[in-house]
Amino acid sequence: MEFGFLVGSIVKILALLAYIYGILWVMAQPSRWVKAGGLIVAFGVVQLGLTKFGNFQILNSFDSGLLFQASAMTMVALGLNLIYGFNGQFSLGQWGFYGIGAYTAADITYRWVNGDARGLVVIAVGTILGAVILTGINKLLNQIRGVPVMSAFTLYLIGSIAAGYVAVMAGKLLFPVFQPLLGTNLEPGILATGIPLQVVFFLAVILAGVFAAEISFLLGVPVLTLGSDYFGIATLGFTIVVNVLMVNSDTILPFPEMKGGRGMVGIPKLTTWFWAFFFMIVVIVIMRNILRSSTGRAIMSVREDETAAKAMGIDIAGSKLMSFIIGSLFAGMGGAIYAHFIGFLSPGSFDFLVGFNPLIIVVFGGLGSMTGTIAASFGWLFFLEGLLRVLLGQMGTEAPTWRYVLYPLTLLLLMLIRPQGLLGTVEWGFLKAKEVLVRQKPKPASTDTPAVQA
Amino acid sequence: MENNTSSPTILKVEGLTKYFGGLGAVQNFEMVLKQGDLNGLIGPNGAGKTTVFNLITGIYVPTRGLIEFDGTSTAGREPFEITRSGIARTFQNIRLFSNLSVLDNVRIAYHPHAGYSLTDSVLRTKRFYVKEDELTEQALDFLAIFGLEGIQNELAKNLPYGQQRRVEIARALAANPKLLLLDEPAAGMNPKEIIELMDLIHFIHDRFNLTILLIEHQMRVVMGICRYITVMDFGQVIARGNPKEIQANQRVVEAYLGKGAGHAA
Amino acid sequence: MQQVSTPSQTTLPLVKPHTRLAWVGQLFFIVLGLAVVYILGKNLISNPTLFANIFISGLQLGFVYAMIALGYTMVYGIVKLINFAHGDVFMVGAFVSFFAVTRFNLHQWPLAVFPSIPPMVGVVIGSISVIILSMLICIMLAVTIERVAYKPLRDAPRIAALITAIGVSFFLEYFGALNFVFSPRFIPYERPFEVVAWYIKGGIHQVVPGTQPPDGSITFSNILLIIMLASVLVQIFLQFLVKRTKIGVAMRAASYDKQAARLMGIDVDSVISFTFAIGAAFAGLGGVLYAIAYSSIWSQLGILPGLKAFVAAVLGGIGSIPGAFVGALIMGQAESMTMGYISTPMRDAVAFTILIIVLLIRPTGIFGEPEKEKA
Repeated sequence: MEFGFLVGSIVKILALLAYIYGILWVMAQPSRWVKAGGLIVAFGVVQLGLTKFGNFQILNSFDSGLLFQASAMTMVALGLNLIYGFNGQFSLGQWGFYGIGAYTAADITYRWVNGDARGLVVIAVGTILGAVILTGINKLLNQIRGVPVMSAFTLYLIGSIAAGYVAVMAGKLLFPVFQPLLGTNLEPGILATGIPLQVVFFLAVILAGVFAAEISFLLGVPVLTLGSDYFGIATLGFTIVVNVLMVNSDTILPFPEMKGGRGMVGIPKLTTWFWAFFFMIVVIVIMRNILRSSTGRAIMSVREDETAAKAMGIDIAGSKLMSFIIGSLFAGMGGAIYAHFIGFLSPGSFDFLVGFNPLIIVVFGGLGSMTGTIAASFGWLFFLEGLLRVLLGQMGTEAPTWRYVLYPLTLLLLMLIRPQGLLGTVEWGFLKAKEVLVRQKPKPASTDTPAVQA
Repeated sequence: MENNTSSPTILKVEGLTKYFGGLGAVQNFEMVLKQGDLNGLIGPNGAGKTTVFNLITGIYVPTRGLIEFDGTSTAGREPFEITRSGIARTFQNIRLFSNLSVLDNVRIAYHPHAGYSLTDSVLRTKRFYVKEDELTEQALDFLAIFGLEGIQNELAKNLPYGQQRRVEIARALAANPKLLLLDEPAAGMNPKEIIELMDLIHFIHDRFNLTILLIEHQMRVVMGICRYITVMDFGQVIARGNPKEIQANQRVVEAYLGKGAGHAA
Repeated sequence: MQQVSTPSQTTLPLVKPHTRLAWVGQLFFIVLGLAVVYILGKNLISNPTLFANIFISGLQLGFVYAMIALGYTMVYGIVKLINFAHGDVFMVGAFVSFFAVTRFNLHQWPLAVFPSIPPMVGVVIGSISVIILSMLICIMLAVTIERVAYKPLRDAPRIAALITAIGVSFFLEYFGALNFVFSPRFIPYERPFEVVAWYIKGGIHQVVPGTQPPDGSITFSNILLIIMLASVLVQIFLQFLVKRTKIGVAMRAASYDKQAARLMGIDVDSVISFTFAIGAAFAGLGGVLYAIAYSSIWSQLGILPGLKAFVAAVLGGIGSIPGAFVGALIMGQAESMTMGYISTPMRDAVAFTILIIVLLIRPTGIFGEPEKEKA
């Protein structure tokens, strides 16, 4: 039986790799219709597998759970790869942003289905106003040159506090308007069911991402100036602080519904394969479009050589901040997807030790390889979470510990043997950089070139 | 004092001083570059030449002194702002973006004036495609000028040394600078390559109407192409003049060969 | 021929660093500082004995951090690596002493071998042997880690070594959490000697075991005194080692410039191993004393003290031995005051807030060195 399970798992992993390759291939096709059709087919295949036909289901609940988690993990890990793999900033804060996204989105929908619109209103007003204020201050500071980091940070902080205050006021003001439309938990109103609820979920995912991004902006302004390993420690500290706040969300923070260390229960399970697939593709497309552009080249040049990048007129600080924000945006969205899939948030799953998972995925998949990260996110969950857990399950209660003994050992071996990760910088299909071919027409200018041909 | 006094001043450096702890790396450095100059900055190892480059490009903040590029002071500006205003440089130990392709190395220079925004690239608007194609064409033109066609998709780290040098110069030129700072471009080259390099520097100087300041150890390069030379030793300027004058200068000979040699000469 | 006219000392004014709107940030810190001073001052006046007790517990924490921070600062000074596994070496030190005491009764060997010596001397010798055993095992562990995991990566990018360090740290934590190793539970620690506490209230009195000291008294224990003494001795020893001995000179040379040190005939690899060994020895000592003081151990004991000790090393100026000491004392107080006056869970948050603030205001730390010329 174990042997059968092993073969089955390997087949599943290979099927997943083929699936990812297929998606990336079809997205690379020039025709828009082929792209859209291919994506619909890709979505439909899994959806079919998830559908129950009587008692028969191709993907059982265990597999589908891994699939959803893997899509959330893909977003988080892609974000980390942008920060660390492409921009070279060693961040251990990704898990904190993941947690912020999860709790933010969960709070919005939880309150919404319980007849309380304040979650959505406060976060929506707060993030939008916050974004406006922060960009405004940023523009202003770019005009007045030479403002020290601390002063900039103080101004941003004051701006965000002001935005937060206005948002809370707006929440108090607007909250009665929604009240009759939302109903209660037992008797949901018009807005708390069906399509309106899906729209709220969509907004919750976006807002969770944007909120995490704004927090990352506030953190990034002071911390990104620190330099590589200090930045790592400071972001690790951030993850620890976020976790401490989660454990005390009902005492230090005023969120009784999050229930502190006992964990937040009753989050509506709104994540469907459609949403998971949709947001994952959105994240992949955004990331690829950024990286295969001038901005992406600037981001990568910072990783390669900061001094040379400065000499080429690249705004190092701005570029670091941008990839940090976008990476955190992805993490927040991933967290939102995770929260609405699992329906239960415990601070234990956002512990900083668990937070090394995306790092391990990124390192395994290859720093600076989007394909590697996607493949590793799926492969990791199916292999280590699924296969290893079941195989180690023979060992009784110690299995989870053994997993964490084997993780670091594989990480160490990888660092010693193949530090560039399993796939290196290989990219598939859609994610590949467009090759610029040799031009046929000779340039007249090159005739009087003194340089010899290579 | 230069041969083309009528041209406008590009770079003016006055009383430039930089201390690291108690060590005066550069003291009271003065220099004026006019539009179209091709001048040299020479001196023994550790004389402070590269530090001057780092001060001009804003990587170091000077302790004292004034740097005026194109009529405005560079004080209080970030290095990237200074370089965007029209200074490009190469490095003593080649600093390419080694895991990026040759083409990407050159295209990075276009980033400050790429002509499309982040939103354009995320949404892949028409503007993105148009501008991206445009700058790719221009980058390919530069590669062609430097005899680097056909290797645009190679990773920079896989190129031989001489080609890396040329990619670095191509990248600097793609930034469309008014002033080009070359830090020991002939380092590690054989005599044949050096002759090619000298031709290349002459060529780009004429073709792009550039002002070039060159740090060099190889005397034949400096004497061969520079019209006016500044000599530094221990952070201070010890001599200025055209190549002939410098070759005959007692203090320069002393600085390079030691006091005894100077007296013997 | 044109002799250069030495420029007539045109002393232009000093170039001012970026200073626009600097007052905003300064004001922010001043307000923050004043708030801290206000909270502490108010509490000091309203309840001085509570303040003194919190101060003493902070002192104890600070001296333990000092012993761990030394290892961080020395290793970082030479190999520029945040040795994440250092906190776990500290944990191993605590566990070694636990097993030595409970399984092997190592602390009782002097009395078993020489029944005639006074019991007090026997306990002291016994306890010291437990500590020395822990230190030896920690040294072996640290040197093994260095040889196996860090040495092959010495020329790799720094981040690769950092990830490796995190991996080693993880491995030690979870390997220790296996049932046949240390088990994942909190384990009550059996002390090699009795903790004696005193209280100050109109003179110094001994606390009768099993009873509470009277209200409004300041308490302290022998373990506090031992930790302080050990920490200060370690400090003096290291100062002597680094400043006066041949290996100390080699360490300083290697930290300044590894290549040059190698050319001068210094065996840099063994200097690095020696540095890891020294750091691990003091981490082991700290681990034993920490376990005696707080009497409960588990396999993830080392993570947070390790991180906080690292922050202490940064605060003091990384690479500086007195800096690590001063930084650790400040960290101990910060944590203890946070626990006492803000809220216990925030004790972990305060460490990292301090780290960020220090790196922003004075990135080189209190005892750090000024700007050097970049290559």
